[in-house]
Amino acid sequence: MATKASRSAARLMMAPAVVLLLGWMLVPLIMTLWFSFRTYLPLRGGDQGWTGFDNYIRFVSSSAFWPAIQTTLLIVLGVLVITVCLGILLAILLDQPMWGQGVVRILVIAPFFVMPTVSALVWKNMFMDPVNGLLAHLWRFFGAEPVSWLSDASLQSIIMIVSWQWLPFATLILLTAIQSLDSEQLEAAEMDGAPVLKRFFYIILPHLSRAITIVILIQTIFLLAIFAEIFVTTGGAFGTRTLSYLIFQRVLESQNVGLGSAGGVYAIILANIVAIFLMRIVGKNLDT
Amino acid sequence: MARAVTPRRKLINTGLAWAIGLLIFFPILWTILTSFKTEAQAIASPPLFLGFDWTLENYGVVMERSDYGRFLMNSIIIAGGSTILGLIVAVPAAWSMAFVPSRRTKDILLWMLSTKMLPAVGVLYPIYLLFIELGLLDSRAGLVIVMMLINLPIIVWMLYTYFREIPVEILEAARMDGATLKEEVLYILTPMAVPGIASTMLLNFILAWNEAFWTLNLTAVDAAPLTAFIASYSSPEGLFFAKLSAASTMAIAPILILGWFSQKQLVRGLTFGAVK
Repeated sequence: MATKASRSAARLMMAPAVVLLLGWMLVPLIMTLWFSFRTYLPLRGGDQGWTGFDNYIRFVSSSAFWPAIQTTLLIVLGVLVITVCLGILLAILLDQPMWGQGVVRILVIAPFFVMPTVSALVWKNMFMDPVNGLLAHLWRFFGAEPVSWLSDASLQSIIMIVSWQWLPFATLILLTAIQSLDSEQLEAAEMDGAPVLKRFFYIILPHLSRAITIVILIQTIFLLAIFAEIFVTTGGAFGTRTLSYLIFQRVLESQNVGLGSAGGVYAIILANIVAIFLMRIVGKNLDT
Repeated sequence: MARAVTPRRKLINTGLAWAIGLLIFFPILWTILTSFKTEAQAIASPPLFLGFDWTLENYGVVMERSDYGRFLMNSIIIAGGSTILGLIVAVPAAWSMAFVPSRRTKDILLWMLSTKMLPAVGVLYPIYLLFIELGLLDSRAGLVIVMMLINLPIIVWMLYTYFREIPVEILEAARMDGATLKEEVLYILTPMAVPGIASTMLLNFILAWNEAFWTLNLTAVDAAPLTAFIASYSSPEGLFFAKLSAASTMAIAPILILGWFSQKQLVRGLTFGAVK
């Protein structure tokens, strides 16, 4: 149906977006790759030439590397488990008939719209402060010793804050998926006397599997990159330094651009491994 | 879905859902409440829920001391500017991909998506350096450009999924009647695409408003938006819970309201059309 003229017009219309994104991707990527093979200390002598794979080796062999990987994985996995499990339960609950469904939905989704610096600071001060925080009051009320959340249970605290931010996302997507489930199928199973757990495992969960996969993949990509939550709460102290944060510190705080860039290349590779799976699912969806 | 259930069951559902909903919303509610307390009341033990003297004092203090207006203006300009710029670039691209697809269209769409997955920290220094070289560091223009670029894939994708839902038959009929490309876009597509474009704008505005990696790393004073304004409260100074709450409330209120209108679009936009 498309004529030759309209096809070339179409190409022209696509050009700005493609060129911009290509530049946005390639220019910094090539620069990062370039820096990663050089000794580059902007404040201490500048660019001091090629160094081969030195930065790559040093980044991995530094004492901060493996703890950072471990922290990253714990945060990503912790948040995923919490948000996906609670998200499924919450989505099922919100799908039930009730009064004021619309309002409850709004209440549940709200945290997603709170900017990361606000949610991190509100949690850090008004809830997790060991003296005046609300949790400290609660602990004292029950006669327990208040906890210094962000120093003694730092990782758990960050996971908790980030889970609060992402639970709405998981819930909303899973709820959308549940609502597309044929209710007749569920009712038939109910009539046949299938118990609740069986209905959950044999009908609801399989129906949700694709949505769950998508939630996991998208969240993983965002969670690998969380920054503000750590920046304003612990600043990477108390074992909360993730891979992203480590790279940020190498590049901007200690101004070792070569080393940080090598770390950046590792982060890019890591994100791409996740991205490939996500793209495959999204791509499949395009065909239908 | 209105399934028939017993009133008792419905009552239990309602109670449970409201309890959980309020629990999840509570930190936001608490922040809003605290913003109306005095500093002393904000840390009172036991905590005061509603029985305190409501005051607007904190809002006055925050606005006076921190030049809130400028941060707000920066947020609006960065989020709004990047949204408009993004649309100008994305509408033609999404239009051509939806209506004149070629064998490559799918690959291009997926490739665009892949640029979104590039971890920001991996390209932090190059962008930082380019910003210094081009004199864009701590400038609104620079932030508008970066914000537009990081959200461009989402805008293109969302528009694409909306445009694809417009029936091609209408276009073909218009072409038969001799409509030119310009007329086709102006009189047929645009009116049909307005709802999709509006939702895309809304979601993009929210995402840009809340973005907190580039805004924290590429701004200092002049172009700092609300995300940076709030981050400046991370080093506490005496009693500051009430002021922090007032500042936070002012930073999130506009988006909370906009966000409530965009629930449905959110799913489509953030899953790249994979869940609708």
